[in-house]
Amino acid sequence: MTGQLLAEAFHRTGTTEAVIFWILAPTAVAAAFGMVLSRNAVHAALWLVLVMFCLAVFYVIEDAPFLGIVQVIVYAGAIMVLFLFVIMLIGVDFSDSLTETLRGQRPAAILLGLGFAGMLIFPIARTIAKPTAAGLGEAGFNGNVNAIAKLLFTTYVWPFEVVSALLIVAALGAMVLGHRERIGRRTQRERSISRTRGADGPVTPLPGPGVYALHDSVDRPALLPDGRPALNSVSDQYQETIYERLPEEYRRPAELPAGAGRAGEDE
Amino acid sequence: MNPGNYLLLAAALFSIGTVGVLLRRNAIVVFMSIELMLNAANLTLVTFSRIKGTIDGQVIAFFVMVVAAAEVVVGLAIILTIFRTRQSASVDDTNLLKY
Repeated sequence: MTGQLLAEAFHRTGTTEAVIFWILAPTAVAAAFGMVLSRNAVHAALWLVLVMFCLAVFYVIEDAPFLGIVQVIVYAGAIMVLFLFVIMLIGVDFSDSLTETLRGQRPAAILLGLGFAGMLIFPIARTIAKPTAAGLGEAGFNGNVNAIAKLLFTTYVWPFEVVSALLIVAALGAMVLGHRERIGRRTQRERSISRTRGADGPVTPLPGPGVYALHDSVDRPALLPDGRPALNSVSDQYQETIYERLPEEYRRPAELPAGAGRAGEDE
Repeated sequence: MNPGNYLLLAAALFSIGTVGVLLRRNAIVVFMSIELMLNAANLTLVTFSRIKGTIDGQVIAFFVMVVAAAEVVVGLAIILTIFRTRQSASVDDTNLLKY
């Protein structure tokens, strides 16, 4: 009831609509620019949500309350959450590369965009001089859902069925694309057994650097009980030049004990 | 108020979406720009539905929304698959078919 009263008020007083339009239209355009220009993909998604909310309000004041609500639920709700979900999966800090693959593509794109906007806007602006809105009457307010449903299940019933098939195919396609075959992946039990048998590297903790060595410093490998150096006692940063700091007889890699190098990191 | 203003707004949003598709390298943002263009087309449909006084435009806008949802689902799955194999979501890096 209140909805109908509100809608009637919108319909009769063009000034209410004009006020809403002139507030939200610049907001929508600014948010669209924000989406295109923001470096961070998450910011772009949030700007796009703002555009979609503005469009939802436009739908409601343009005799399409059902589409306005669907816009909020489907676009601002589901689709943008999907976008944000994928951004989070791929990595938030993934920003645009600044290297130009095609030289002069950016200025050309901006120029083409401006030309396209002019081509769209000027003819429209010339032809819409006379305000003539037939309006939808009752179908634009409380009867909106009924009117859409009636058309959807009579005239457009075949496209409706085709679209439902399309949705199922899209869902299946996304599942096939997103699915990853886990070939050769070991179970937790197999990994635990191989770890305790020493197949994934030493079972014990790694020796600390400098133990029993000539110098007690972090870049000196520890010495094993038989006097051979343990290369895996030294951090990765010192591995490149490690042979310079070994005793004379161990300068060549072949003479070092098996498994003395850095143990394979856990997968 | 002149309902044609909505058409001008839709044209502006569509152009901004076009520029976004041409300008951005991140595949996800390119996709968002396409969504913006679809939304602008929807606004045009709803406005014409009101100007003409028939509700068919709203039904077609509804269909556009459904198709856009399907397109986003498949498109994002493709972007995700490309990211898994090439470790990048930039449209410049997907040039395997080039040479």
